[in-house]
Amino acid sequence: MIKVLKTGFYSTIQDQGRLGHLGYGVPISGTMDSYSSLFANTLIGNNENDAVLEMTMTGADLLFLGSTTIAITGADMSPTLNGKPIEMFKSIIVNSNDKLSFGRLVNGFRAYMAVKGGFLSKTVLGSRSMFKGITDDFRIQKEYCIEIKNSSSLAIPKNAKLNFNASYLEEDTLGVMKGPEFHKLSKNQQNLLFSREFQVSKYNNRMAYQFQPLVQNDLESILTSPVLPGTVQLTPSGQLIVLMRDCQTTGGYPRVLQLTEKSINILSQKTTGNHLKIRLKQ
Amino acid sequence: MSFQLRYSQYNERSILIEWPAIIDENILQDVLVFKEKIEINNFKQSVQVISAYSSILIICIHTIDNVNDVFLDLKQLYLNQVYNKGKDSKIFQIPVCYDAEFAMDLDAYSEAIKMSKDDIIRLHSDTIYTVYFIGFLPGFLYLGGLNSALHLDRKTTPNLNVKKGSVGIGGKQTGIYPQDSPGGWHIIGNSPIELFNPKQNPPCFIKAGDMIKFHPISKSEYQNIKSEILNSNFDFKTLLTHD
Repeated sequence: MIKVLKTGFYSTIQDQGRLGHLGYGVPISGTMDSYSSLFANTLIGNNENDAVLEMTMTGADLLFLGSTTIAITGADMSPTLNGKPIEMFKSIIVNSNDKLSFGRLVNGFRAYMAVKGGFLSKTVLGSRSMFKGITDDFRIQKEYCIEIKNSSSLAIPKNAKLNFNASYLEEDTLGVMKGPEFHKLSKNQQNLLFSREFQVSKYNNRMAYQFQPLVQNDLESILTSPVLPGTVQLTPSGQLIVLMRDCQTTGGYPRVLQLTEKSINILSQKTTGNHLKIRLKQ
Repeated sequence: MSFQLRYSQYNERSILIEWPAIIDENILQDVLVFKEKIEINNFKQSVQVISAYSSILIICIHTIDNVNDVFLDLKQLYLNQVYNKGKDSKIFQIPVCYDAEFAMDLDAYSEAIKMSKDDIIRLHSDTIYTVYFIGFLPGFLYLGGLNSALHLDRKTTPNLNVKKGSVGIGGKQTGIYPQDSPGGWHIIGNSPIELFNPKQNPPCFIKAGDMIKFHPISKSEYQNIKSEILNSNFDFKTLLTHD
C-alpha cells in the first residue's frame, strides 16, 4: 500500500486508457505523456498498461507501507526519498515507511511514478484511468491508500541499457497532419498556422490545450463528427483548441490539424506561456 | 442505396470515412451497416469503430503504412452493402417529468416560441426520435426528429450546472443530460432513468440506431422510478415498447 500524505497540484492514476467505449461517449483518457509513462513501466519490468501515478506541476508526498521498486520519469520535480535526492529514469528500491517527496519543477510539466506491478486501484470499463463520472474519484485524495502489489523479490530487473530521450522535454515543435477540414482554410490561413509561433494559454488541462493568438477564419461549424486526442479544432472566434487525452468523443468545430502521437506527448509537458511552432509532417 | 464516400487518414493509425454531411435516416442506416461490417471483419485489427451522423472513425492497433491499400480494401468492403432495415433497432419509452420543479426554463421557453406548455409537452412526447450516435458526454444521445415548431437557439448564457437527467432543447436538437454538467439548452423536464452506468458493460442500454419516445409522468411516478433505480429494482426492459 501507498498512503497519500499530500496530493500535489493535480495527480491521477492512469494506465493506457479506456479504448473500447468511445461509442458510448466515454473518453479514452490514459497518461498524457505516454512515452514517459511507458518508459517508467519498462524500467521496472512492468507491463505497458500497468497503472502509474501522473503528477502535474507539483508532485505528491507518498508514504510506502511496504517495500517495492519504483521508477520516476517525465518532468523533473526534484524527487527525494526520505529527504535525499534520488535519480530519475532508474529503478529504485523503496522500503516500508520510506517517504517519497517532490520539490521544485526543473523542466517539463508532468511526472510519472511507476511501481512494481502497477497501482491496483479499481478497474472501471477495462481501465484504471481516473475520469469524472466513470471512476469514483477523478484524482487522488489526501489520506488515500492505494493498493500495490506486494513484491516478494526486490531484484532490479536486468534490462538492456535504456536511454530516455529527455531532449523532447525541451522540444518546441509540434509535428502535425492535415485535419479533415484543413482544406477549407484559405492558403493564407494554412500558411499562417505553420509560420507563426503560438503560446499555450492558461486554459490547458487533460481535456484540451488552447493556443494564443487567435487565428481569424470564416469556417462554418461541421455536422458533429468524431474527434481524437491530438485533434486541433478552430472555433469561429479563432481559438485553436488542441484536444488531449480526456477529450470528448465527438465535436462540431472544424478539425484543421491532427497532432502526431509524439507531439501529444511533447505538448503534455508544456504549460501556460510556453512557446510552440507547428510543422506539417510530410 | 450507395453513397459517394470520402476516405482520409485521420492520424497514424486511424481512418475517417465521410458521407454527405446531412442528418438523414438513410445515411444513418448506411453508416451503421458499414460500421458493423468493419467490426465483424475485424478490419486491419481495428480496436474501435465509432460513428456519428455521417461519418465513421476506425482506430487500428498498428500504424497504417500504406494508406491507399487500406482505402481500396474499405471500398471493396463497402460494395454490395446489404440492408436489413430496422433489423436490430428497439424503441424505448423514456419517462420524463415536465413538472415545474424540474422544468426550470419551460416558462421562458413557452414564451419564446409562443406555444402553451401543454402543447410543448404534447409535441415533445409525441415524436419517435432516432438515436444517431452517443457522444459529447458519456451516455449523451444525439437524437433526430425534433418537431420544427420546437426549435429554439441555445441560451445566450449557459447554466453552470444542469442537473443529471435534465431534458432540454438546443437549436434543432433535444436530449437528456446523463450527468451534472454546464449547458446552454432550455430545460423543460427531467428523466429519472440512468442513461449511463459505468458499473455495467455495456454502460448504456441504448445504442446508435435505436429509437426513443418520451413518456410524460407525474412527480410521484418520478419518485417511484427514482427509488426503484436506487434500490436496483428497476428493469430497463420495461421501457421497451411492444408492437
